Amino acid sequence: MIEVKNVYKSFGDKKVLDDVSATFYKGKSNFIIGSSGSGKSVLMKCMVGLEQVTDGSILYENRDFTHLDYNAKKEIRKEIGMLFQGTALFDSLTVEQNIEFPIKMFSKMTSAERLERVNFCLQRVNLSNVNHLFPSALSGGMKKRVGIARAIALNPQYLFCDEPNSGLDPLTSRVIDELIREITIEFNITTIINTHDMKSVFDMGDNIIFIWQGKKWWQGTRKDIRSSGNKELYDFMKAYDIENM
Amino acid sequence: MSFFYHFGRYILFIRGLFSKPEKFWVFKERMFQEMQSIGVGSIGIVTIISVFVGAVTTVQTAYQLVSGLVAKSIIGTIVSDSTMLELAPTITCLVLAGKIGSSIASEIGTMRVTEQIDALEIMGINSANYLVLPKILAGMIVIPMLIIIAIFLGISGGIIAGKMAGILPVEEFMKGARGSFKGFTVFFSCTKAVTFAFIITSVSAFQGFYTYGGALEVGQSSTKAVVYSAVLILFSDYILAQLLL
Repeated sequence: MIEVKNVYKSFGDKKVLDDVSATFYKGKSNFIIGSSGSGKSVLMKCMVGLEQVTDGSILYENRDFTHLDYNAKKEIRKEIGMLFQGTALFDSLTVEQNIEFPIKMFSKMTSAERLERVNFCLQRVNLSNVNHLFPSALSGGMKKRVGIARAIALNPQYLFCDEPNSGLDPLTSRVIDELIREITIEFNITTIINTHDMKSVFDMGDNIIFIWQGKKWWQGTRKDIRSSGNKELYDFMKAYDIENM
Repeated sequence: MSFFYHFGRYILFIRGLFSKPEKFWVFKERMFQEMQSIGVGSIGIVTIISVFVGAVTTVQTAYQLVSGLVAKSIIGTIVSDSTMLELAPTITCLVLAGKIGSSIASEIGTMRVTEQIDALEIMGINSANYLVLPKILAGMIVIPMLIIIAIFLGISGGIIAGKMAGILPVEEFMKGARGSFKGFTVFFSCTKAVTFAFIITSVSAFQGFYTYGGALEVGQSSTKAVVYSAVLILFSDYILAQLLL
């Protein structure tokens, strides 16, 4: 479980996050939604430590990530897997080397054990015969799958997905969504998905946090999102519904 | 003020490089890869430059020494001393600043804008230590080796040009070169090479590491890396000459 407590984040005079508090649950698909520029990406970056919070705290199973020193933070980071919007695969390494990378850096596995783990991760994301391909030779959907495979290589406790469906066709988007949901349940991890794809939210949203103008505006599940009575959330969903009519 | 801001950031960047690598064998592997890339990859250009610089220096020195009162062997003295003291280390490193510097800045800059550095950080890896330190150490080891090769080839170029143009025979050239040889000159040349290697690799890596934006900014970082490295090489060349000669 991850708890975000009274988080503020400013860039100069511009306040981006304003007293955001939220809880992200284990074994659930936790969504952060909001329009572009609402602060959802900044919130995710603060949670993984790519940005420092101005005030407030972020707790990983009661360990205060925001106030730990570099080495202690590093230990928590080893429990984090992240799927980036642009996948962030190392383009000078093959698919196999990309997935092997975190295992090589943080485990004492032998070369054969590492290869076995890489093949397991690839199999888990339904990819085969791509071990020796470079990321540039993969399609967008395949890159996302390799990104997921790398993120789960070290059995993370927390999986962060930044816009997992961006740049993908609707069919591939659903496949990626399904994969993330399966992995969340199978490995019982805390998954946090940052998206504005409402189809994903309606399908998988066990816990949804709506960010509006830097504030947490609403929190609930996919069952009660349509009856939230929240005007800004309603407008956000309406825009999505109109686009997808 | 901007100068002090960037200088302070550069110092902090250098300080951040020095931490224990996650896996020493991975670090060693990366360092050898970099040594191959920087060293072996630059032999061709170093050969061409050194031979021609040595040849031109011989012809121009002969052109200026028209007096019959000066022994022709002095050409060998001037060419070998200027090659060791200035031409091999400085000219070669200025060219390497263009070749290696732009390559390092664009490689790291691209990794920054495509979130590959963020991916390393999230995995709990000190990205500067992992990406930059092997490059700096590799540069400081192989660039002095390249300079030694450049000295040898520069003097050889001078000998060949002297013989082919009928300026002076090989024996006369060698008599002048040997007569004035001091071991300290080679030490001074290597000191310069180590200093210039540190400047090229660290300044270029710094420029790449703090690239924000996209392709345009990567190009700008690459240009800045070459320009700043070249200026700093010339500045430190003067400082070293004042201090050591």
